[in-house]
Order: sequence, then C-alpha cells, then structure tokens
Amino acid sequence: MTIDYPLVFCGLMGLAILLYVVLDGYDLGVGMLMPAAAPPEQDVMVASIGPFWDANETWLVLGIGILLVAFPAAHGLILGALYLPVAGMLIGLMLRGVAFEFRIKAEGWHRELWNWLFWFGSFVASFAQGYMLGRTITGFLPGFLPFLFGLLVGASVCGGYVLLGASWLVLRTDGALQRKALAWARWGLLWVGLGVLLVSVATPLASDTVRHKWFDFPRTLALMLLPLASAAAWLLVWRSTRRIERDPGASHALPFAGAVAMFALAFAGLAYSLFPYLVIDQMTIWQAATHPSALRVTFYGAVVVLPFLIAYTVFAYRVFRGKARAGMYEH
Amino acid sequence: MVASDALLLARAQFGLNIGFHILFPTLTITLAWFLLYFRVRYARSGDAQWLAVYKLWVKVFALTFAMGVVSGITMSFQFGTNWPGYMLKVGAVAGPLLAYEVLTAFFLEATFLGIMLFGMNRVPSSVHIFSATMVAGGTTLSAFWILALNSWMQTPAGFAIDGGQVIAADWLAVIFNPSFPYRFAHMLIASGLTGAFVIIGLSAWRLLRADDDAATKSLRAALIVAAVLAPIQIFVGDSHGLNTLAHQPAKIAGIEAIWKTGKGVPLVLFAIPNPETQTNDYAVEIPKGASWILKHDADAELKGLDAFVPDTPPVAPLFFAFRAMVGLGAAMLAIAWFGGWLVVIRRRKPPRLLLWIFSAFTFAGWGATLCGWLVTEIGRQPWLVTGLLRTADATGKVSEGALGASLTGYVTVYALMFTAYMVVLTHLARKGSQT
Repeated sequence: MTIDYPLVFCGLMGLAILLYVVLDGYDLGVGMLMPAAAPPEQDVMVASIGPFWDANETWLVLGIGILLVAFPAAHGLILGALYLPVAGMLIGLMLRGVAFEFRIKAEGWHRELWNWLFWFGSFVASFAQGYMLGRTITGFLPGFLPFLFGLLVGASVCGGYVLLGASWLVLRTDGALQRKALAWARWGLLWVGLGVLLVSVATPLASDTVRHKWFDFPRTLALMLLPLASAAAWLLVWRSTRRIERDPGASHALPFAGAVAMFALAFAGLAYSLFPYLVIDQMTIWQAATHPSALRVTFYGAVVVLPFLIAYTVFAYRVFRGKARAGMYEH
Repeated sequence: MVASDALLLARAQFGLNIGFHILFPTLTITLAWFLLYFRVRYARSGDAQWLAVYKLWVKVFALTFAMGVVSGITMSFQFGTNWPGYMLKVGAVAGPLLAYEVLTAFFLEATFLGIMLFGMNRVPSSVHIFSATMVAGGTTLSAFWILALNSWMQTPAGFAIDGGQVIAADWLAVIFNPSFPYRFAHMLIASGLTGAFVIIGLSAWRLLRADDDAATKSLRAALIVAAVLAPIQIFVGDSHGLNTLAHQPAKIAGIEAIWKTGKGVPLVLFAIPNPETQTNDYAVEIPKGASWILKHDADAELKGLDAFVPDTPPVAPLFFAFRAMVGLGAAMLAIAWFGGWLVVIRRRKPPRLLLWIFSAFTFAGWGATLCGWLVTEIGRQPWLVTGLLRTADATGKVSEGALGASLTGYVTVYALMFTAYMVVLTHLARKGSQT
C-alpha cells in the first residue's frame, strides 16, 4: 500500500490549524473582552488562560511548520502574498504574549499600558487572522471588493473568538463575571451568526470554483447538512446560556462545546471549499508538496510524537480543571 | 556582486529577528537546568531558602521563555517569506529537521511548562519535578535540532541531488555533519556561561542591597558552573576553529584578516581591515603567529581570501566580532575563577567591588554569544548553504516597501519588549526572593 503523503500532511495541517483556531481562539477572545470587565475581574480572566496560552500558540507553529515543511512552494506563495497581515498578526501575538508576564509584574500606569497592549494585541492578531483567511478564500485577488471581503472575514473571526472566549469564561468562572460572560457570549453569537451568513453568501459569489462545488445537485442536498448543523449549534449555545441564567446548576460546558462545534463546522465548510487547493485555482497540495523522501521521514516522526502530544495536552487540561481565581497562577 | 536593497532588507530583517530570538533560548536552556537543580535541592532538603531561590528564578524563566516563544513564532513565518528559494532548494533536508524540532522539543516545553510554572500546588512533587525535567530536556533537544540544521548549512553532508533539489541520502550523516559536534558543544556551553553569568550578576545586584541567603546560594551555584565551563569553552572553541579551518577555510581567512595566501602567516592582533586595498591598516601582528596557532607549525602555508574569490565573506565584521567574543570569554574566565576561588573555595563574603563587577558582567554571555553567531553566520556568506545555495538566490518577491514597513514595526516592538524585559528583570533582582 502506498501512502498519499501530501493528503496525510494536508489532514495533519488542517487538524493543527483547527486546534489552533479553537484553542488560541478562546484565549484571544478573552483578551479582546478585557476592556468590558472590571479590573479585579480582569485578573480572573487572565488567570483562566494563563497556563494554556503558551501551548495553544504552539499549534500555530505546528500548522505553519507543516505548511513550510510539506508544502514549501505554497508557504512562500501564501505568506509572501500575506506579508503585511502576517507581520501585523505576529506583532499582535508578541505584544499580548509578553503582556501576560509584564502586566502581573508592572505597577501604576505601566500596568495600564500592558493591559491595553494585551487587548490591542489580541484584537490585531484576531483581525489579521480573519483578514488572511478572507484573502486566501479569494485567492489573493487584487482590488477593492476582495479587500472588503477580507475586512468582513476579519471582523467575523473577531466575533467568533469573542464567542469562544466568552463561553470559555462561562466554563471557568462563576458569580458576577460568569453572568457578564453569558451576555458577552450572546453578543458574540449574534456577531458570528451575521458574519458566517455573509461569508457563506459572499464566498460562492467570489469564486466560481467554490460555487460549482456547492451548487451541484443532488450533492447540494447532502451538503446542506453543514449549514443545518451549524444553525443547530448556534441555537444550542443561545439556549444553554439562557438556561444557565435561570438555573445555575445547568451545564457550564455546553456553551463552549456548542461554540467549538460551530468552529469545527465552519472549518469543514471552508476545507471542502478549498480542497484540494492550497492556493485556490492555482496550486494543489500535490503540486506544492516537497520531495517524497522528506515527507516520509517527517511522517514517521509525526506518527510517533502526535499521540503523546495530544495525551499530555489532555493531561495539562485535567490538572488545571475547575474555576479560576484571581492571582491563582501567578508564579 | 552588488546586493540589491531587497536582499539587504530581507537579511537585515531576518538577522534582527533571529538575533533577538537567540538571546532568550540561550538563557532558558541553562535556566531550565538550574531550576531543576534548585527544585531538587528543595525537594531533598525541605529548606525554604531553596524554594525561595526556585520561585524567584522561575519568574525570570517564565518571562524569558515568553520572549523566546513570541519571537520564535516569527521565525516559522520568515523562513518561507524571506527565503522561499531556501525551502525549494534544500527543503527536503531542512524541512524534516525543523519539523522534528517543533514536534519533539517545542511541544515538550510548551505543554509541560504550564505544569512547571503553575502546577506546583496542584500535582505531586514528583510530577512537578518530572515536568521541570521535560522542560529542561525539551529546551536542550530544541537546540540539538536547530544546531544540526545550522551546522548542515555550514558543512553539508549526507545529501544527494534529485532534479535540482537537494535531498537527504543518509540522515545520520546529515545530522552528524562535520561541524555539528563542535558547534553543538560550543553553543550549549555558551548557553551555560550566559545563564550562569545572568544568575551571578542578578544575585550580586541583590546582595549589593541586602544580605540575602537565597541570593548567596544562587550566586555560589552559578559561580561553580561558570568556573568549570569557562576553560572547557576555550578548549571547545579552539577545536571548533580547527574544524572550521578544515571545512570552511574562507571563514578563517576572514576572521584572521588573511588577504593573501602565504607561508608563515602573522597573527593579526589588531588592525582595521581595508577591503579596497585588500590589506590591513594600522596592523599589530605577531610574526608567523597565525600559521603556528592554526597549523601548529610556524612556517605552514595558510590560504588567504584571494584563494576563494569570488565567494569571500566580508572581513571587518568577522575580524572584530571574533575578537570581541574572545575578549569577553577571557574576561569571563578571569571573573569566574577569581570569584569562585574567593566565594566558593575560601568561603568569603564577596567585597562590594566584586559584586559590582559581577553585576556589570550580567549580560556578558549574551554579548559573546551574539558575536559568535555573527562570526559563524556572516562567515558563511555569500553562501546560504555552503557550496549549494547562495543567499542572493534564495530571496523572495516581497517588495522593499513591505519589508521596510514590517522591519520598522518589528524594531519598534522589539525595543519596547526588550526595555520592559530589562525593567522587570532588574526590579525582580532588586527585590530578590523577599516577595
């Protein structure tokens, strides 16, 4: 049996990117929600993501790393075309990453500055990621409309991350902050609902390739399961936040689970739209793949290491389960 | 060959990022092992002072690690954006090495780091120590893969050519290429000295303000490490130099400012290399010194830069950076031995003047590491991968405007981050473990 390595690495890269988006998405979302909370609540919010953000961002390195290692031609093409938004995202990630450390240790206006940079960095990184996604969907077309589309996706991703962040806070906090987070989650939900709707309408209009893939009867009927499931997940999040408000004993995990499901479904839709292209209409995964010998040796490493990686990620989340308290994770 | 502005900008940007990044792993590799040592001492003795030392240095470690993570993410993007030709030509060798670094090392650190930093009261002591071991092992493994790749670019081995693409024929030969053992040892010891001097310097900074048992403990531990590593580093560095002479003679010619091939070549102690005339101005030389040091024979022939035209590195940066590195190394040896003799062997309280000298040398390791890095990377020019790929042939199509704008952004953010890092570090050191 021969293994289709480009396909395998495409799957691994997809998995890494989906995990990154969900995992770093919630901590970026918490960062964007900072200005909406009172200072003592901000400390609880930071404590709830403190032990995780480092490892969360590592999934980005893995996803981009696979793109670089397995599909070098596409890495240069995609990231070259996205050079400035990538730089913006990196600067955003840098600022918020070190702000975790600096805001605890700083005092007075320094602390204010790092709080602000934490919010600003989270926002810039989220928006840049969405903008990059928008540019990728349109195959980096020049012009005003594709640019506008990029801004739209940027805003939608921010909404999605706010939803993830808020539902994470529902899971990891209690009391007044949790009640605020329930309201934030619903705002995020409205925002992301609007965004996904607009993106779903705009994407087939922006690309013939995508339109043909989705509107080809009778396949369209089966594909309609995706938006239906998304709508169901949307409703689940909405209703579960309402239920927690009425009955504090209701599951605190449901909103987060629903938000993750929405992300996974949106991801599946996008993956279906783009596959097998890495650069739409220009470069497929097989055209972009590196030499088979390099793919094979990397594959062995990945097969051995990934199960361990997932196992101790799960272990770390188990160690830090439960509700967060301010200053809990200050070392 | 006239380098284009885009090439220069791409190199400046990549050099800035990697030069900024290298500072932090250099420190965390060693701090991780020191922390493990402090942690085990505490577990064995139950002495609260060791816990205080651990808790202080874990703060420094967390901060340094965060700086390394965020500047490291940038690298994974810039490999492709600034040097697309690199991955297309040698990606089949470089790619898997980078992938293994991410897989085995980076994740080991990042995942266990959470437990190490925040989990001390949540997991049993043994699990916590295990996590600290995995973090320390992960940082070192990280260095292993990166140094394997860097060494392969300097002295490629174990490869074959398949349709214009360089592929690996023998992975063991790729990893354990001729310069790897020397470079890896040199870098790890450099990290050890850098970390030890940071601990010495910041502990001294604390002791200048107050008598502090915890700071005395960390000072003594780090002095021992520095005093042992400094002479080993001089020996390893010398062997590394002889290895470079065998495999990259043009780099040595640049370092020693030897313009013309000849016998009984003098050792240039100081000069201003002049690329126009291909001679050294204001030279202070030891007759036949270079031949003697490099070949252990005063009349031996040494190849000059004229033997490698047109593939010659620029001389002045190599010449000066190398001398700065050696000078810093010698000063660090003297300080570590004198300090070790006084504080560890004779068990004296260090006098204030010595504490001031320790503090002044806090970041000497960074200085020496950066100089060494400049020597080895600039010395490789104009090659990106020696004999296989020129730097100029690997550049991408990113416009000068985009490069310039993002470079400005990076410089601004790095300056901000570095200032804040220094402020927090000195603040932590001043307060010591009394927090």
